Formats: sequence, structure tokens, C-alpha cells
Amino acid sequence: MDDLIQEFLVESNENLDRYDSELVKLEGEPGSQALLSSIFRGIHSIKGACGFLGFQKLEKLAHAGENLLSKLRDGQLLLTAEIGSALLAAGDGIRQMLAAIDATGTDGEEEFLELIEQLKALQEGAAPAAKKPAATPSPKPAPAAAKPDRESAPKQPPAAADETAAAQKQEHQPQTGKLGGTLVEQERIRPEDLERGLQAQERGDIRPIGEILVSMGAVSAPEVSTTLRMLEEQRAKAAAQDSTIRVHVNLLDKLMNLVGELVLARNQILQFAGRQEDAAFVETLQRLNLVTSELREGVMKTRMQPISRLFDKVPRVVRDVSMACGKQVRVETEGKETELDRTLLEAMNDPLTHLVRNAIDHGIERPEKRTAAGKSAEGLLRLRALHEGGQVTIEITDDGAGIDVDRIRRKAVERGVVSAELAARMGPQEALNLIMLPGVSTAEKVTNVSGRGVGMDVVKTNIEHVGGSIEIRTQFGHGTSFRVKLPLTLAIVPALIVRCAGRRFAIPQVNLVELVRAEADRGGIELVHDVPVYRLRGRLLPLVPLSRELRLDRKEGAAQSKAALNIVVLQVDSRQFGLVVDEVHDTEEIVVKPLGKHFKSIKAYAGATIMGDGKPVLILDVPGLAQSASILTGAHEEARVGREGDALGRKGIESQKFVLFAGPGGSRMALPLSLLARLEELPASQVERSGNQWVAQYRGQILPLIRVSHALPERREGVATALAQEFPPTHPIQVLVLNHQGHAFGLVVPEILDIVEDAAQVQAPATRAGVLYSAVIADRVTELLDVAYILRSGELCGSQAQAAGAGQ
Amino acid sequence: MTRESRQFCTFYLDGLLFGVESQRIQEVIRWLELTEVPLASEVISGVMNLRGQIVAAIDLRRRLEFPARPAGSLPMCVVARTSDGAVSLLVDDIGDVVEVDEASFEAPPETLNPALRSVIQGIHKLDRGLLHVLDAERVCALEEGERVAANSGESRQA
Repeated sequence: MDDLIQEFLVESNENLDRYDSELVKLEGEPGSQALLSSIFRGIHSIKGACGFLGFQKLEKLAHAGENLLSKLRDGQLLLTAEIGSALLAAGDGIRQMLAAIDATGTDGEEEFLELIEQLKALQEGAAPAAKKPAATPSPKPAPAAAKPDRESAPKQPPAAADETAAAQKQEHQPQTGKLGGTLVEQERIRPEDLERGLQAQERGDIRPIGEILVSMGAVSAPEVSTTLRMLEEQRAKAAAQDSTIRVHVNLLDKLMNLVGELVLARNQILQFAGRQEDAAFVETLQRLNLVTSELREGVMKTRMQPISRLFDKVPRVVRDVSMACGKQVRVETEGKETELDRTLLEAMNDPLTHLVRNAIDHGIERPEKRTAAGKSAEGLLRLRALHEGGQVTIEITDDGAGIDVDRIRRKAVERGVVSAELAARMGPQEALNLIMLPGVSTAEKVTNVSGRGVGMDVVKTNIEHVGGSIEIRTQFGHGTSFRVKLPLTLAIVPALIVRCAGRRFAIPQVNLVELVRAEADRGGIELVHDVPVYRLRGRLLPLVPLSRELRLDRKEGAAQSKAALNIVVLQVDSRQFGLVVDEVHDTEEIVVKPLGKHFKSIKAYAGATIMGDGKPVLILDVPGLAQSASILTGAHEEARVGREGDALGRKGIESQKFVLFAGPGGSRMALPLSLLARLEELPASQVERSGNQWVAQYRGQILPLIRVSHALPERREGVATALAQEFPPTHPIQVLVLNHQGHAFGLVVPEILDIVEDAAQVQAPATRAGVLYSAVIADRVTELLDVAYILRSGELCGSQAQAAGAGQ
Repeated sequence: MTRESRQFCTFYLDGLLFGVESQRIQEVIRWLELTEVPLASEVISGVMNLRGQIVAAIDLRRRLEFPARPAGSLPMCVVARTSDGAVSLLVDDIGDVVEVDEASFEAPPETLNPALRSVIQGIHKLDRGLLHVLDAERVCALEEGERVAANSGESRQA
């Protein structure tokens, strides 16, 4: 009996999933008979089975839903949003009861009387038309009906007449599988016509029934072929069901574990193979090797499921949430067939739902707002899944309002998540990532859908828990995209093996960005307030020595340190840090094993694996390491201070990059590179005169130009010369593009000399206006340009503020 | 007339005889090379590969605050089943499996070293000496809370 109930639960839940998604689909194409029949079948089999198993409350609810559906199917009612919601609610109710059955063995206390009343009332809405369906007395059942109908097996208590009719009608649907019967079902032909056709066959007409019917003029040829095609599909589906079996997940898990063991044993054996002379033995080993690999792949495949299992649930969520929010949303999915491990699939369920709800609740705007913004009233939510570099990427994109990064900054400061100062210094991407922190929400008001600010951090934690990562991109006014990256499978992951203080560690490849070997004699490592950093392509990379983090005794690895440093650049969120290790070995596919309870509180490890030589090796947990090394909190802030320094380079003792350029009178001048947006070379033909201002068309903007040579005091006379004289057409002009308080402007310099890195430690006060100070940069005395002075100067002819504004 | 009796797997630790109920013991194996786990509690010597399973190894000498094992001698591994899966207990040497009479059982003396007292169920008086009955569950529990908290706190400051 238990097995029966178990089977009933599994099947019913599957039916319900289909029921949900098909109902939502039906709302899009209300006339579809195929969908209606399928939906009807779903709920009908649930009802039938629970009558048989004695779940009366469940049966009552299913029955009410079924009755309403039969009205829809017979065309006596049209699907409205209200009916749709009620039917979906019925599905939810049934699901709840199924859960109760699973837990307690009874269908629970809740009777859903109100819902049943509602379903009945909706059905009454069509009451005037409630006459018996036309097709009740089915003609001579098609021969296939000899097969007993499983669904009609339960002895149903006598019920309302229309219900019996519906059930009877239903009985023919699955088993007919015959053209004639189906045509009658679809009301394409009258039962009498079929009767006549069949009689013709009995009289010796050897033509197929379809042809007979067409020749009788009872039905058109295209109609027959559509119906035939439908039957063909049904048959194919049935065949697919026959070729599959249900296997308990536990068994698959066990198999997966065993295969993991086998892989390890194989790896160990292969190590001996090198020392073997015996050709037959080596050959056998190779076969073992191949078979093991194939077996592993095969078993892993059994655990793979298409992501459609998640995506198919989304339309329902979208429907409910968008109705609750008064929004119109269309869902598009792509890459539904992308497969991933079922554990991951399960782990993604809640985050995906959350992201979808978020996208609708505070991504996509209300229809009137959208039309006002020049978008279509209906918002678009795109779900996309694809394989990418051994990982699965899932994208959830909306074309809504986007995220206002400044508001996130404000909110985060309000909630005390970050200091105002830090928030202001954060780049847009970094600020955006603040929404992943607990307590930060962008919703204006808390709704029952979202906005409490407890969601995104949970989403992030869940995703990271299974070794994935999440990334946000947003364009204010145009939409937001969440990109979730997941490993294909949890059990076997590629990892980099490193060595530190004589011990090996595995670093999952997901977090790996690059490997850097820093020659010690080039002075790569510097200290910023005791925090070691490395300059990697102009950015300061905070370094975390693994030996320090794990408090390892470095004696064994000490010899290493003088030669070169191996830096493993790792990424957590949008932040990178360099893990310093002694040696870097190969990448290997490792089997992830859990560490026991004794190690649970140590954040540095994600688990352990067993290497080819049979020894366990610890797998580093990169987010955990980053956290304990404070990369994500305090120290990171310090590192940032180091990176940005004092923007004008006045106090910063850390070296920074400078752009060197020729100043007026052959002097050498510099600006910190961090102030510049870009270096450009523009053809002189692009320079135009606008009022009193030189401007250039640049990337779809009008860029006000300031000539450094003219902005400095010595040369402030004789401004109004001809264009050709000022900018000889043959010479392209060198422009440093700066952003000042949100406005772009270009500094025209005679020549860009170089970009150098220097601490600019030797300094002397300025000797003229327009210069902040002089310093020795790259062995020569160089003047640091005072940008603020230049902006105040007359070169932005007339009112600087307006001119700068014109740059917008 | 049947007498209540229990079966123990016995082992030696610093010359003392200890026992764990034999149904608790999964197996006894020779010393396997361990992989140390930095940051873990000091009583954990590391993890070992027990036929593909990662098993934590607890050094019973350190756990019971006994003096360290003399250099050069390799411990044996007694693998116990606990509610947290298998745990390997490192001991000096393995003794016999003995059956003892319930009557010979006595509660541990009040004056016993507290580290030992907290994990000992009692003592059986055998002819050839005293058998200290270890509570496998408690030995492996490691007073999770304090030790670990102290540990991770340090690591953050480091």
C-alpha cells in the first residue's frame, strides 16, 4: 500500500507541475483543445487515484477543479484570469494535501471549502449553458478500448451528472488512440458519421477510416491530418514513458559515490602503471582507465536534468507576481535543455524564484510608466541557460528600470552597512554588489513580494554554497541582468593543486583568475599599512600568504621565498586577491568529499579530496579564506586607499601611475593616471568652435577642450586666433579626457610623453599658478598640474560651469 | 544463570588500558599517513583516507592531556563509529577484545584528572589491571563550542 501511495504522490506531483505550467500557457492561448485536454487529464487522474486510495478531501477539491475544467473544455466557459487563478489555487491546494499525505499519511485537516465553493461558483457562471455535453453517448468504442482503462478503475461514488459525463468522455481520450474516436472527441465529426464510416469498413471498405470520412464529406482532409499528427505525438510520448524507469535518487547518489571511489582507485593504480613492464597488464590498465571514465560520465549523466525543470515553473511565478503587482510581463526562455546535476538544480530553485520575483516586483515597471519611458507596456523577462567553459551559466534578465546605484549607496549607508565615505569611494560595480549584503534593499516600500532586504544575501549564500557565483549588471532605465554561474556537478570539480609549507591544497577552478609569478628582485611586493600588495597591471592586488592564513610553519618552504613568489589570483564577488603559495602544480579533476563536523567551523576549507597517491588533500574555500583574511571587509578598504591614494598624489607615499606630458615652454608636467578617463588622439578636423569655446565631437558628446598651454598664466593672452592656426589640420591633437564632477572635458596637451609609475616622493612647492607642486618623477623634475585651477581659469571661455555643463 | 557482560575492544595509552564497547568499533588499522589540517583543534592530528572516506584522526594522548607519544613510535588507529560518522582514534597499541562482568564496574574516582574524567564512563576491575571505559561519543565531541570559537577568533586576528 505504501508503495502505491508513494507512486501516487510522485505521479501526482509531476501531474501538478505540468498542470501549472499548462494552465499558464493556456492563458496565452485560451482556445487550445490540446492543452485543455492535457490539463483535464492531469487533474482527472489525481482525482481518480485518490478516490481509489480513500483521500476524500483531496478528491473533493480535485473534483471541483475538474468540473470547472470540463466546462472550459466543452466551451461552455471561457478562461478568465479569475478562473485561471482559482484553478491554480486548486493545484496549490492539492499540492499541499499531497505534502500532508507524504508527511502524515492522511490528506490533512485543511478542507479548502472556500476554494471549492469558489470553483463551484465559477462553474455556475456558465450554468445557463450547462446542458449535457453533446458527445455523451459515445459511438461504438474504438477497438483499442479493449484495453482496460486504468483511470476509470476506481469505483467512483455517484456524482453530479455532468461529472460522470465528463469522466466518461475523458475515458475515451487516452485509450482511443484511434482516429475516428479522436475526431468525435474533438467534435470535428458527428458520432453518426463515424458509425457510418466504421460500417463501411465492416462491409469491406479497405481504406483507412480517415479517407472514408473525408470521402463522405464528414470532415476535411487537413483536419484529419492534424488529428493524425496529434495522435502520433501522443504515441511517441507514451513510448518514451515506456522506455524509462524511476530510480530513487539515493541509489543514484550511492552510485555516484562508488564511481568517485573507483576513479580514485583508478588514479592510484595508474601511478603504478608507469613502473610496469608487463604489456598485457598495462593494456588492461588502460582499458580499466577508459571504462572508468566512461562509467563516470554515464553515472554523472543519470544525475543530470534539463534546466527546464526549473524554467517551466517560472511562468506560474511570473503570472502570480505580475498580477499581484499590476504589471504585464512576458517570459522568454532559452536553453531549456541545458543539463545540470540535480543537486544543483535543487539548490537553484529558491534563488531562481527569488530573482524572478525581484525582477518583476522592482525591476519591471508598471505599464503606464513603461509606456511613458517609451517601452512596450509589457515587460520582458528572459531566462537563459547555457554551457560555458565547463560551467552552466543562467541569466535572468529584465528590461525594467534597472538599479539606481546611487540609491543603493544611500540605502547601504542608511542601514549602516558601509560608511558614507566608503560608499562614495566605491565604483559602480562594487556599489551594486552591496545589494547582496543583508539589510540592503532597493525596493521603495516593502511589499509582500519583496523588499525586505533579506533576499539577495540568501540568494548569494545559496549559490555560493554549491560552488557557484552571481554577478549583477544593470543599466539604469534599461534593465538588470543577473548572471549565475554554476559548476556542472558538485561531486567532481576541476581544481588547481598548490603547495604551501610542504603541504598540498586544492583550489577550485571556479574562483581562479590567473597565476602570476612575481620575481622578488623586481620589487613586486609592497606594503600598504602592513598589508602586502602586488601591482598587477596598475592595480593593487591585496596579497594573502596562505601560510599566514593557515598559520603554517614556513620553515620547510622557506627556501622558496627568496627566488620568486607564486601568486594565485582569485576572485570572490568582484574582488580579487592574490593567494601566495610556494608552488603551483597541475589542474586535476578532484572528487569532493565532505570534511566531518570537527572541521565545520573552519572557514578555510570546502572539503577534502584524495589524490592519486592516496593521500587526502584539503580543498580551500576561497570565499571563506577571503573572509577570514578580511579581504572582504576592513583590510580591503585599506587596500583601496592604497590603490586610489590621495587622488592628487599629494600625500600618498605609495607610488602611482602618472601621465607625463609636455607643458608650455618645454616643461614637463604630469597628472595622476587615476584622474583620467582616457587618453585620446583626435584629428584636428574634429575640433570646432562653439561660441567662445573649442569643442570636439567625441563619442556622441560635445567635449569642451582646454589647451593646457593657454590655461596656464604665462600664455593667457591672444586667445581668439583662427582655427587653422590653433589646430593645424595636419596634426592630430593629443587629448587627456577627464571627468570632473560628472562632466567630461578634454585637456589638449602638446605631446603625451609617457606613462610611468613613481612614488613622487621628492617634492617641492609650486613655483607658478596652475601647478600643485613639483616632484621628481621618473628621475626628472615634473610639475603636477592643478586641474581645479585649470577649470577655474579662463580657458573654458566665459562661464566655466556652463561650458563644463555643455560636455554632458 | 546468565550474567550481564559487555565486550570491549581494548588499547593502551601511556601504559594504561582503555576500552571502547566493541560494537562501537568499526575496525582497527595500522597507522596511515595523515594529512594535517591547519587551524583545526590541536587534538586532531589530521585526516586520513580510509578507503576513500575522509576520516578525522584524534590523538587520544592529546585529547586526554597525556604526555606526547615518544618520538619514533607510530600509533595505531581505532576507528570508532559515532553519530558524526567514523572517527579514528590514535592509540599507542592494541589490546585484546575482552568480555567483562558488569559486576566489576565502578564509577570513575572523583579525583581523576578532569580531562579523563569527562570522557570516561567508568572502570572495570580486571585481574590484570584496570580497564578504563571510554565514551566514544564524548571523546570525539571535542567540546565543540569553546575550542573552535577560540580557534577561529585567533585566526581572524592572525
